[in-house]
Amino acid sequence: MSAAPDHTPTFAKHSITDRIGQAAPYLLVPVLILAGFIAIGAPTSWLTLTVSGLAMGMMIFIMASGLTLVFGLMDIINFGHGAFISLGAFVGVSVLFGLGGWTDAASLPLNIAAILLAILAAMLLTGALAWAFERVIVRPVYGSHLKQILITVGALIVIEEAIHVIWGGEETFLNRPNALRGAVTFAGAALEKYRILAVVVGLAIFFGLRLVLQRTKIGLIVRAGVENPDMVEALGYRLRLVFVGVFIAGSALAGLGGVMWALYEQVITAGMGENMMVLIFIVVIIGGLGSVEGAFVGALLVGLLQNYVAFLEPKLALVSNIGLMTVILLWRPQGMMTVAKGS
Amino acid sequence: MVRFLLSGDAPRSRILAVLLALVLVGLAFAPFIFPGVRALHTAATICIFILLVASYDLLLGYTGIVSFAHTMFFGLGAYGVALASVHMGRGWDALAVGTLAGALAATVLAWLIGLFSLRVRAIFFAMITLAVASAVAVLVSQLYQLTGGEDGLTYQIPRELTPAFRFGELFGVRLNGRLLNYYLVFFTCLALFLLLLRIVNSPFGRVLQAIRENDFRAEAIGYRVVVYRTAATCMSAAIAALAGSLYAIWLRYVGPDTTLSFEIMIDVLLMVVIGGMGTMYGAVIGATIFVLAQNYLQNLMGLAAEATAGLPLIPDLVDPNRWLMWLGVLFVLSVYFFPTGIVGRLRAGR
Repeated sequence: MSAAPDHTPTFAKHSITDRIGQAAPYLLVPVLILAGFIAIGAPTSWLTLTVSGLAMGMMIFIMASGLTLVFGLMDIINFGHGAFISLGAFVGVSVLFGLGGWTDAASLPLNIAAILLAILAAMLLTGALAWAFERVIVRPVYGSHLKQILITVGALIVIEEAIHVIWGGEETFLNRPNALRGAVTFAGAALEKYRILAVVVGLAIFFGLRLVLQRTKIGLIVRAGVENPDMVEALGYRLRLVFVGVFIAGSALAGLGGVMWALYEQVITAGMGENMMVLIFIVVIIGGLGSVEGAFVGALLVGLLQNYVAFLEPKLALVSNIGLMTVILLWRPQGMMTVAKGS
Repeated sequence: MVRFLLSGDAPRSRILAVLLALVLVGLAFAPFIFPGVRALHTAATICIFILLVASYDLLLGYTGIVSFAHTMFFGLGAYGVALASVHMGRGWDALAVGTLAGALAATVLAWLIGLFSLRVRAIFFAMITLAVASAVAVLVSQLYQLTGGEDGLTYQIPRELTPAFRFGELFGVRLNGRLLNYYLVFFTCLALFLLLLRIVNSPFGRVLQAIRENDFRAEAIGYRVVVYRTAATCMSAAIAALAGSLYAIWLRYVGPDTTLSFEIMIDVLLMVVIGGMGTMYGAVIGATIFVLAQNYLQNLMGLAAEATAGLPLIPDLVDPNRWLMWLGVLFVLSVYFFPTGIVGRLRAGR
């Protein structure tokens, strides 16, 4: 009998280059902010633009997070996601109109309460619609990307047109609640109050999502399901149920994003979701399909870059995002943060 | 001879063969059978959309890739002709230069997009094309000094192709430049359609179908899937651009709404799905039915809306502006229940 071969496992630390590689996407945000500072030159306009870029990025992230999770978990690509954004916006705005007395009052608590109610209504309704959407539209086409894309595009059109039928009109204008109008001055720069609120809400959603995904049992199942769905099912979890939950939650987030975006733009159209989808797709692609953190960083990059470029050279604003996507895909063809697929 | 022209891809269904023959004869003699400016315009639109939809089917039906940038390529061809005609003046050379430049630009752009998205995951392609197409549409409306913005461009084409050029009468139909223009559109579309039929029935086309069915296996057999997918994308883009050039020559006008808008993309998707994915004849049937319905059914909806004006909700639902909603419903239903479209049904049910 021969002796067992020498077995001396070693635990090598991540090399410094590996660690930089992992952290690189997060580092891109401060790098971009710094580059913006150098390019713009004037600190006050830079501060204003940075805050509005962050606010825009946060709102895009809220809308994109659901899409990327749904893809990561169940390999479903939902082009109809934009419909939930539009629907959320219309429902939320209707509630805000209904609560006109609260939004016109000059008290911050009443205003916030009205917004919260609007968001709640929007999320409930989009969530409910998402449940039906998953059953009727998505479930029959699991596994076929081609059919998923076609069917969800069809559904997007139908829902958008239905919004036209129900609410009528092309554009609806609205005013922000009283206490959120105008701007505060900080270090000589004018910062719109609403944008600060948007940043706060976006950060809350991001850390809330991370908390749920990293620290709870359901988050564990979702993450495991993204990595290896067959194994999770073999362990006895009904992944389908989890998925329906994620789909509803993701669509409700889209509804929330819709309300936030409506208050940001102060005008809503049935096609707004469809227009947002362009930015959302860019964000999801550069972040890496299925990665919430990637979507977060991607959304901030897109928001900041769009605001900086719009200030420096207005005509290039939309093209700048395509440029950003190109550069990132050259650097990491799968997107900045890829989700390990072990199936 | 017919077999050779059809590249051995016979209709394989009697009803389908009759329908195709009807469409062909109808389009070939449209100026004589259906007099009137509007009917001729409809016929030319059908020709051009058959070509556009067939080139899209090369991508969607044969290769299994979803693209949302097809109208962008269509628009590139159209704007190529328009810009050349505006800057070089009226003349055949302007048309030729514009057409070639448009097709070349479309091919290069398709190659670049393919390089970035198809290399990694085919599913990226749908999203990236959507983003790029919308960026191009915004760019076109913003660079109004060059493109005329939302108003578009009007320009002159050679006199031989305009109604002002007259040369006699035949069967009571005045022979003029517009007739020549129509036959330019018709024969170019026919030739390019037959070329597409040749492409999909060649060994190259078979490889595309293999990739559609199972890209992993196709790769394992030794075909470089990325190369084939990119090649199909470029070909499809080039032919779409040619269709766009024809449309620009026919309309003597280009604008974002007629060539670049997302609505046209949706229309093309619908035509492919309704006619039948994965068969070139689906494009013929789908485009013909759709364009006819678009031109004549919408009037009917307007009448229905007027007739039901007193009732709640119904007039809103049948308003001609809600045309797209019914198309969407039809679209979803046909993806579920008739994934092979009209042509697939006819072929299966013979």
